[in-house]
Amino acid sequence: MPTFNALKIVCFIACCAPLFWLGTQAFYHQLGANPIETVIHFSGLWALRLLLITLTVTPLRIVFDWQQPLQIRRMLGLFSFFYATLHVLAYVVLDQYFAWPDIFADIIKRPYITLGLSAWILLVPLAITSTHKMIGRLGWQRWQRLHQLIYIIAVAALLHYALLIKAGWGQAWPYIAVFALLMAVRIKKFSGQ
Amino acid sequence: MLIKIPRASDCKEHEVTDEKLYHQRRAFMTHAVPTLAAALVAPSLLLSACNKSSNASASNTNAATDDALTPYEDVTTYNNFYEFGTDKSDPARLAANFKTQAWTLRVEGAVKNSGVYTLEDLIAKHPPQERIYRLRCVEAWSMVIPWMGIPLGDLIKQLEPLSSARFIQFETLNDASQMPGLNTSVLRWPYVEGLRMDEALHPLTLLATGLYGKSLLGQNGAPIRLVVPWKYGFKSIKSIVAMRFLPEQPVTAWNQNAPREYGFYANVNPNVDHPRWSQKKERRIGEFQKRETRLFNGYDEVASLYSGMDLKTYF
Repeated sequence: MPTFNALKIVCFIACCAPLFWLGTQAFYHQLGANPIETVIHFSGLWALRLLLITLTVTPLRIVFDWQQPLQIRRMLGLFSFFYATLHVLAYVVLDQYFAWPDIFADIIKRPYITLGLSAWILLVPLAITSTHKMIGRLGWQRWQRLHQLIYIIAVAALLHYALLIKAGWGQAWPYIAVFALLMAVRIKKFSGQ
Repeated sequence: MLIKIPRASDCKEHEVTDEKLYHQRRAFMTHAVPTLAAALVAPSLLLSACNKSSNASASNTNAATDDALTPYEDVTTYNNFYEFGTDKSDPARLAANFKTQAWTLRVEGAVKNSGVYTLEDLIAKHPPQERIYRLRCVEAWSMVIPWMGIPLGDLIKQLEPLSSARFIQFETLNDASQMPGLNTSVLRWPYVEGLRMDEALHPLTLLATGLYGKSLLGQNGAPIRLVVPWKYGFKSIKSIVAMRFLPEQPVTAWNQNAPREYGFYANVNPNVDHPRWSQKKERRIGEFQKRETRLFNGYDEVASLYSGMDLKTYF
């Protein structure tokens, strides 16, 4: 029986907000001169942001002993996967328009695409095993270990972003810094044991 | 040496419209309105009539009908001008009050008529021409823009370079009070670019002062910028304050930033990929399907400048 509470409802609405905003902008032709690029960048950024927000749950428990965020971690993770899937679809459908030879060439030759696609592919088993039933089937230990893939996924996603910036690392720095901080909290906690 | 020191009592020369220029602008405006209307209609027609088959290939002819003008709105709101920020929307937002009054250019180096010129004096003898050019960014998007400007070659001949001048370097304004991006170190400032002398003298190379019949806006490189249509857009340096005639190949901003990724020549070339992304195709702003990129951006007439040159080595 799924439990609905205020926190989950608010979280759900908040996670839908970027999509709703994008849809409105598209409807009023406010996506700028390069709308396909806008959609790809927007969906990619929100996938990354939600991924980092998902990774904030454990540090909040470690530092402030907050237990509530744990209730919405699955939803946050699934929404990250949702925006990541939109991002991949926008690339395949809007940017390349199913030009499979070009897409395969990109995947093989362009490290930033290899990294990005790898991050998405690794997210799939995490999304599939996100349900309580799946935790039961895998057993808590195996499930935990599988979901530790999220750290590799995060690194791949950050590199994917950093590699497509023309000059330096500029816009990716805040995301890299946040990830480093979230990892530092974990490392400090678990090295102390 | 020609140095003008304006007195407070002087009438500002740029406030008087040169009569010849005035008559030519009127003639241009009668053509500009229907062109503008067609440009606004054509891209949307293109989108709706677009052949969505993945086998669609771009025509190889240089036919003007293949290259609809990019709408003015897009040309003036989607810009790479890192002096104003690294987002495409930053320049339009932050260059709104860009000041171009009393603009001066320094002419230096191996040239007879060096000095500091006001913009008006520098280009006074050269009536502006309309040139519709494709502009291809190294990021793999492109536009078609109706520029107004003068051939750089005409200006160079007027300045009388010495025989030792084999290259020309340009410099962009470096005013942090107007350009917030200058407070970041995303690139080394001031932005510099350069051309080989034969590239600079080529009839295609343009010093642009306007587009769509209007003076350049800040985000497009007001009041004067270079347009080298067969090279990647970062060579078309904006808001020029200096021109230097040099015997050696000059430093250029993007090459200095990432020498493996951005070369001095930067000729548009689908056969030479950027290390991190492909250059085989491009997004023409306003179109859904990507286009095949053409060598020299379709300006085959410059091929003779590079005969015998390995374009992979000299990228």
